[in-house]
Amino acid sequence: MTDIPIPHTWVLALSAALFAIGTLGVLLRRNGIAIFLSLELMLNSANLAFVAFAMTLAARPDGAEAALAGQLFVFFVIGVAAAEAAVGLALFIALHRLKGAIDVDRVNILRW
Amino acid sequence: MVPVVFALAAVVAVVFAIVTIAHSSPVINVLSLVVVFFAMAAIFALLGMDFLAAIQIIVYSGAILVLFLFVIMLLNIRSVERLGSGRRVQALLGTVVAVGIGAAALTAVSLLTPTSGAVYPGSLETGTVVPIGRALLTTHLFAFEFITLLLVAAIVGAVYLARRDP
Repeated sequence: MTDIPIPHTWVLALSAALFAIGTLGVLLRRNGIAIFLSLELMLNSANLAFVAFAMTLAARPDGAEAALAGQLFVFFVIGVAAAEAAVGLALFIALHRLKGAIDVDRVNILRW
Repeated sequence: MVPVVFALAAVVAVVFAIVTIAHSSPVINVLSLVVVFFAMAAIFALLGMDFLAAIQIIVYSGAILVLFLFVIMLLNIRSVERLGSGRRVQALLGTVVAVGIGAAALTAVSLLTPTSGAVYPGSLETGTVVPIGRALLTTHLFAFEFITLLLVAAIVGAVYLARRDP
C-alpha cells in the first residue's frame, strides 16, 4: 500500500491549535480542576510538536537517533505531567478541605 | 487514506479540546480530554510510533485522567461556572493573549516549508519498544533515573499535602 505522507506542518499546526485552546482554558476558567485539565492539554500539544520534529528528522538518512530522542522526550514529559498531576490534585484536596471549594478566586491568602 | 485519517483525528481532537475547556461540568471536561488523548494516540500510531500511542492511552488516559476523575468525585464538585464568566476585563485579555499565541504559532508553522520534512507513516524503525527501551536504559539512563526520583518525591509530597492535619 503506497500512502501519501503527511507534511510535518500539519502536525505542528494541530499542536499550535491545541496549545492556543489550552491557553484559553488556563486564562479563562476559574475552576482549579478545569485549569489543570487545560494545562494537560498544553503539555500534550508540546508532545505533538516533539513528535512532528522527530518525524522530520527521521526522514533524514542519519536521523534514527534524533527520532528516538524526540520520542524519549515525550516519555519524560508524560512522567513530569504525572508528578505535576499528583502534587496539584493533592493541593486541590487540601484547598477543598480549607475553603470548601476549588475556585481559584477564593485562594487569596497571599494576595496583598 | 493516511491524510484522511489524520484530518479526522485532528478535527476530533480540536472539537473535544474546545469541549474540554468550555463545558461547565468537570466530569465532562475530563471525559472529553480522554477523547482528545485517544485522537492524539491515533496520530502517534499513524506516524509509526506504536509504543508511544500505547503509552498515551495506558498512562495518560488510563492513569492520570482517572486520577482527575477520582478527585472530582471525591470532592463532589458540581461547578456551574461557564467559560469567561465573571470578570470581563480578564476574559477579554485572556482571549486576546490566547488568540495571539495561537496566531503567532500558526504563522511560525506556515513559514516552514512543508516539503522539508515529509512524514512517512509506518516507516519508523525506532517506534517500537525494543529501541526505545534500549535507549532509555543506556543513553538516557541518567534522565530516566531522575524521572523516577521526581515521581517518588511527587508522590511523597502529595501524600503529605493531602493528609489531615495531625
